[in-house]
Amino acid sequence: MAEFEPVLLANIHKPDSHTLSVYRAAGGYAAIKKVLSTMSPVDTVELVKASNLRGRGGAGFPCGLKWSFLPKDAPTVYMCVNADESEPATFNNRILMELDPHQVLEGIMIGCYATRAQTAYIYVRCEYPTAYKRLHQAIQECYGAGLLGQNINGSGFNLDIYLHRGAAAYICGEETGLIESLEGKRAWPRIKPPFPAIEGAFRKPTVVNNIETLANVPHIVNRGADWFKSMGVPSTNPKDPGSYGPKLYCISGHVNTPCCVELPLGVTCRELIERHGGGVWKGRKGKMAIPGGMSMGLLTEKEFDTPLDFAGPGKVGCLGLGTAAVTVMDETVSIVDYLNNACRFFAHESCGQCTPCREGTSWSSRLMTRILSGKGRLKDLEILQSISQSIGIMPGTTICGLADGAAWPLKNALGKFRGELEEYIKKTNPGGYQQEEPAMALVELAHH
Amino acid sequence: MATITVDGKEIEIGDNERLNVIQAADRAGVSIPFYCWHPGLSVVASCRMCLVETGTKNKETGEISMVPKLVPACQTPAKDGTVVVTNSPKVKANQNFVQEGILLDHPVDCPICDQAGECWLQDYYFEFGHQERRADIHPFTSKRRELGPHVSLFADRCVMCSRCVRFTREVSGEGELMVIDRGSHAEIDVFPGFPIDNKMSGNVNDICPVGALCSTDFLYEQRVWFLEAQNSVCTKCSTGCATQMHVNQNQLYRIQPRFNPNANDWWMCDAGRYENQFVTAPERLDGVVIRRNNAWEPLDWPHAIREVYNHVADVALNHGGSHLAVVLSPFLSCEEAYLLASYAVSILSDVTLVVGKIPVVGHDEKFKSGFTIRAEKCPNRRGVEEIVKHFGKQPLDWDGMLAKIATGEIKGAYVTGGYGDPWIDDAEAAKFEHLESLVVQDILPSPLARRAKLVLPGVTAFEKDGSYVNHAGLIQSASWGLRPHGGAHVDGQTFSDLLGRRGIYNAADVLKELAAKVPFFARCTDGVPPAGLNLVTGQEKHPLTTELGTVTHPTPTFRSEGSRMLEVETPTR
Ligand SMILES: Cc1cc2nc3c(=O)[nH]c(=O)nc-3n(C[C@H](O)[C@H](O)[C@H](O)COP(=O)(O)O)c2cc1C
Ligand code: SF4
Ligand code: SF4
Ligand code: SF4
Ligand code: FES
Repeated sequence: MAEFEPVLLANIHKPDSHTLSVYRAAGGYAAIKKVLSTMSPVDTVELVKASNLRGRGGAGFPCGLKWSFLPKDAPTVYMCVNADESEPATFNNRILMELDPHQVLEGIMIGCYATRAQTAYIYVRCEYPTAYKRLHQAIQECYGAGLLGQNINGSGFNLDIYLHRGAAAYICGEETGLIESLEGKRAWPRIKPPFPAIEGAFRKPTVVNNIETLANVPHIVNRGADWFKSMGVPSTNPKDPGSYGPKLYCISGHVNTPCCVELPLGVTCRELIERHGGGVWKGRKGKMAIPGGMSMGLLTEKEFDTPLDFAGPGKVGCLGLGTAAVTVMDETVSIVDYLNNACRFFAHESCGQCTPCREGTSWSSRLMTRILSGKGRLKDLEILQSISQSIGIMPGTTICGLADGAAWPLKNALGKFRGELEEYIKKTNPGGYQQEEPAMALVELAHH
Repeated sequence: MATITVDGKEIEIGDNERLNVIQAADRAGVSIPFYCWHPGLSVVASCRMCLVETGTKNKETGEISMVPKLVPACQTPAKDGTVVVTNSPKVKANQNFVQEGILLDHPVDCPICDQAGECWLQDYYFEFGHQERRADIHPFTSKRRELGPHVSLFADRCVMCSRCVRFTREVSGEGELMVIDRGSHAEIDVFPGFPIDNKMSGNVNDICPVGALCSTDFLYEQRVWFLEAQNSVCTKCSTGCATQMHVNQNQLYRIQPRFNPNANDWWMCDAGRYENQFVTAPERLDGVVIRRNNAWEPLDWPHAIREVYNHVADVALNHGGSHLAVVLSPFLSCEEAYLLASYAVSILSDVTLVVGKIPVVGHDEKFKSGFTIRAEKCPNRRGVEEIVKHFGKQPLDWDGMLAKIATGEIKGAYVTGGYGDPWIDDAEAAKFEHLESLVVQDILPSPLARRAKLVLPGVTAFEKDGSYVNHAGLIQSASWGLRPHGGAHVDGQTFSDLLGRRGIYNAADVLKELAAKVPFFARCTDGVPPAGLNLVTGQEKHPLTTELGTVTHPTPTFRSEGSRMLEVETPTR
């Protein structure tokens, strides 16, 4: 396979890649010009639909289709750009915002034109000060250059972009949690319906898109839907929108060269580790990997050949592609440590409104803490199993997908590494592992 | 008509009834458990207790297609063809899991928890919980803190249904309550220095399904299963909230609102709920006294009745009817006002009937949901006015009467009171000093009673049956829950005795009579249903009561009657 020519990351190695002049020198803002002068909003939606661009924020929802759900005659539409990027080990949005913010802004402009939004909010997580600063500068530059504001390029199109900083909560990345937070409220995800496309931010129709999703849009405008569909994994049946286009993969954990690389969708996990991550570190063997953020579950070493496209991880029992952020763990990592970490994360981040998620995540975290401390019982694994099956939007028991994300590490660890878990419990709690009675909780373990 | 199938049973609901699946199932006699839903608040569908399986039935083929996921019954509208399954293993498993989850951090200190006996968590656990506990048993902790003058929080009993928070945002509108922290650490709290002290704050204690929010004044006063509930009507203002009084051994322990869409919905204000100390005030009038030789002498009731006649009838017979004023207090029930008016005109048909003093304090206070505390601080101005208008030749209001006292036209008066708050000052009472005769019937001492020749003790609305017409013309009936204060007679009994009627005063019979005599009350011939009758518009809502009673419109009231746990111990049932 010929070396892939980066699209989204084409500019990032240039000096001052974050400035308007460098972006323009590389042909930037040609796409918005083209859109404004030659395309109608409907044309633009149709083009993105034809490209089969799917959301990069985690759910993989077809972007053009999402845009077409907006009521046709809505006087006010808002665009919310999801830059909360808080899925563990995911950092592709940050690279785009810090090193090529104008590419992001151009994507937002086209997205807003297509959806007839005149206001866009970029919700940036507060842990990204540089991204915030660079986006802020870029927006100022655009206003200066007449690329934002009233009557852009004489086209009659108006657009204002506002930056909004979060306050460090994973749940603010969930689209309706984001909207609530943007409105100044507690980020408790909303019940649907109504979906944001009908009633979103400030009770107006709203589109929520990820930074990377939107960064693809100018390129689709410049080079066409067919070009976009020439990359990636084609759809196998009419119901599957396929996995087209370039994708930013993040590789972290126990590899020699953690990095973010751009590749056509569908690269295997093994290729990412070996070719781009420089192989597993310290000459060790890989044991397992997280395919796309903690919430997607776990791949075993044997499953490293799974292609990381929208459909691939699901075939080996993972939740999905997620954010395509791969975290590699070498042979020294204990499944107990992994699972304890995962459970603790979701217990900490559950917003707390749905009982199954609030209590399920907290219970699993406490069970894991106890197992880790050598007081585990085999029965605890049964309970963990039942928790993993009881929470999430898939069984319908919760409002948002955080609970599914919490369930998947449990499901995969219990399904793929049960032997190791049992062994650990028996070894560390030889006298009590068969105990069935509810235990009197040790005070120091009660809360993490 | 829309047809809904619940657990295989088909029921019909009206086309314009906008019911959710909980309400529709209730009509079918199926109880779906829930915590966070409340018909008076927005739907958040977050507790996940009400999850059911749903589907649709094809009208032509009869084929049913089910949705694979569980859905919240509270958030799902019941539409024509909706199929609901509430008893499948999947539904049960979720109910189990939710109950189990809530109990993870729950202290289960029911023996010292005020909510025990009317606790939804307790009740539901028996019906929907696991047989055994799988979770760790935690060291018992129950921290209490005050969120406001009437609201105590026991944070670890909270099930995070957010009803209380929504109440302060959507109904009272002050928004004092909020959720702090995240996940299982989340708690209800207020901002430091901003307690929940709005004038409707007590309602949050009612709508809290568990013992997390407790009414500070009721705390540890009484186990709820000892309480008996009587339907009552609040007399604190002319909104006339439908209430229940909860009584044990002739002691009033608490007052809670009763659902009435025509008056108060699910709510009541703190004044009505908490400011009823006058009922048990030590200075309550407790026997008839008559002034003889400038000293008070006690009198028994049969003599008292005769003395009233001597005092008031003499004035009318000596000077003419119009020189006697009979004052009908806006605290009298309609039945009582009717009897008193009948008595007055039986002396002489032109006796002056006066609508008693109408206490007005400040302005009407309207809350976010529309609930209004009225400036008019009495329950029955409208009812009394109608009666005075019907019987009186020249009806007067209080000020009109004062003017005629000043000119000497009025020479004697029979004044009824019943006000819980001080209602007349010395200066005003002094105007009555030169009357030939003054009879005062009241519940508390007052500057006026001090100047009377004869003082008759009356009772509060808690101690008598009777009906009241609120500001909007809605008549509602209240039942007695407390025995009349020692020595006092129910006012209606006194009037009945004055009329020379035999036997015990029965408000229901008098209401029937009133309905026949006074056209305004004609609709009351068959009594007054719980939600009242609007005598002005002729129209009102009558919420359906199903077998499950309050579930369709769960009043935040008394569930202890549903505490089957205790009924097991009653062998006679
Ligand atoms: C718990 C949770 C956290 C999420 N966090 C993010 C996030 O940090 N960034 C993001 O783009 N999408 C996140 N999502 C996905 C969003 O809900 C939403 O699907 C996405 O922003 C839509 O944009 P897209 O269609 O362009 O991918 C999260 C979803 C869940 C359930
Ligand atoms: S699933 Fe969890 S994170 Fe999502 S809304 Fe419910 S409690 Fe909050
Ligand atoms: S809230 Fe209910 S279950 Fe909890 S301690 Fe009180 S009575 Fe018991
Ligand atoms: S305090 Fe009561 S009403 Fe408020 S959220 Fe907790 S359980 Fe619900
Ligand atoms: S009552 Fe339906 S989710 Fe709480």
